[in-house]
Amino acid sequence: MAKEKFEEALEKLEEIVKKMEVGEMTLEESLKAFEEGIRLSRLCAKKLDEADRRVELLLRQEGELVPKPFVEEEREPG
Amino acid sequence: MDRGNMRDILSVSALTDRIKALLEEGFALAWVEGEVSNLHRPASGHIYFTLKDAKSQIRAVIFRNPYAQKGWSRPTGFALEEGMSIVCRARLTVYPPRGDYQLIIDTVEPKGLGALQKAFEQLKARLEAEGLFDQNRKKSLPFMPAAIGVITSPTGAVIRDILTVTRRRFPSVNILIAPVRVQGTEAPAEIIRAFGDLQLVAGIEVIILARGGGSLEDLAAFNDEGVARAIARSRVPVISAVGHETDFTIADFIADLRAATPSAAAELAVPLRAELMETVETLRLRLIRQRRRETERLRQRVAELAGRLRDPKRRLADIRIALDDAMERMRISLDHLRAVRRQKWINLAVRLEHRNPRARIAERSLFIEMLTKDLRASWERQAGQRSHRLASAMTLIDSLSPLAVLNRGYSITRRLPDGRILRQAGDIHAGDRIDVRLAAGSLHAVITETFKEQRDG
Repeated sequence: MAKEKFEEALEKLEEIVKKMEVGEMTLEESLKAFEEGIRLSRLCAKKLDEADRRVELLLRQEGELVPKPFVEEEREPG
Repeated sequence: MDRGNMRDILSVSALTDRIKALLEEGFALAWVEGEVSNLHRPASGHIYFTLKDAKSQIRAVIFRNPYAQKGWSRPTGFALEEGMSIVCRARLTVYPPRGDYQLIIDTVEPKGLGALQKAFEQLKARLEAEGLFDQNRKKSLPFMPAAIGVITSPTGAVIRDILTVTRRRFPSVNILIAPVRVQGTEAPAEIIRAFGDLQLVAGIEVIILARGGGSLEDLAAFNDEGVARAIARSRVPVISAVGHETDFTIADFIADLRAATPSAAAELAVPLRAELMETVETLRLRLIRQRRRETERLRQRVAELAGRLRDPKRRLADIRIALDDAMERMRISLDHLRAVRRQKWINLAVRLEHRNPRARIAERSLFIEMLTKDLRASWERQAGQRSHRLASAMTLIDSLSPLAVLNRGYSITRRLPDGRILRQAGDIHAGDRIDVRLAAGSLHAVITETFKEQRDG
């Protein structure tokens, strides 16, 4: 659950919304689906909101692969 | 002249002049064939390159303005390319400041494909035959990779473009760069090793193999069979971004996806975050709206059902009212039926009276009486008219009788024996007998003479 992939979460969310819109669920089911949908939408949003990325260089040191931070040349987008 | 001790010393310029004269006169016009290499097109518009074959090379230039040179015949649409075999017409010239000699070319024709090109075509055909280019081998790209491996030079525009584009599209995707040389003899081995290394790193879900454009020689590593097989072996999907739109390398054919440029590769590798956010937000709103609609629908249904719940006493009253209503309608309906019948009876009586024969009998006897009277009157009138007409007819007959004329002294003369009535003297001759009829009696006579006078009016 913790390692849920964004794509899968998005697909599930889409499915839940479509199912609810068809409207063939019992009240219980639809309440459960709604809660799950909200959880998935939060999860997706959270994944998208992760702001930082790592850019690294994969180097070999004494036969070992070692990632080293890569310093990007700062270039403000025009 | 004795030249034993005389050393003929020339200045560099003088020697160069002599060489220049010798070469330029000796090769005023030459046809040369070779392969184009180090093609260079500076802003001046002139084209510089090296014409070479397996053993030798010579510099060459094509000047920009074709009309300045007589006999120029570069075919339309034909552009020089790296590695291309050409046949050209040129004169040789020496450039004294550098002690260089080069070809000044005025006519170029393509000649088959160059050796490198040929090798490329052969390798391509072989790998294709092995099925390595098949579409069904191609792995699909992840929707949103956790991390991207990039095999390229760590310096220069290529990596910068990839980093810029990925940051713009999706700032949170991690990038691991496997630094390699992208040209030169070491390049293929480094690229192959990088592919192996990246397979081992967790989270790498797509690999971009990138390089800027270049000549066929520059791109050699991307047409290397070992590199091609490393791409084919990769478990992680590979996007190739080598050269520019028009240059295809073997790597492009093998890769799961080919991008025209490194920037395009970066765009293909990561989704646009803003778009995804919008998608998620739209889904969230649909979810909430649906939930609200559902609740509202249920509330309405409950309200509607509650409204339909009824007190049975009210139902009894309803039945009573319905009964009253039915009876009243029955009564009205009976009255109506009666009235209709009565009207029908009246109508029939009137119609019967209209057809009573008494009146007609009286009417007809009156008519007979009238006819009898008319008949009688008419008969009397006609009898009177007839006796009157008889009297006048008799008078007329009287006046027309020949006897009445004879009474006035005329007589009728007939020829005998045929009895024909005579009207002119020519009808009879002397000696003929005649009968003369008088008012009273008749006489026979014999003609003694005839006079044929013209009767006048």
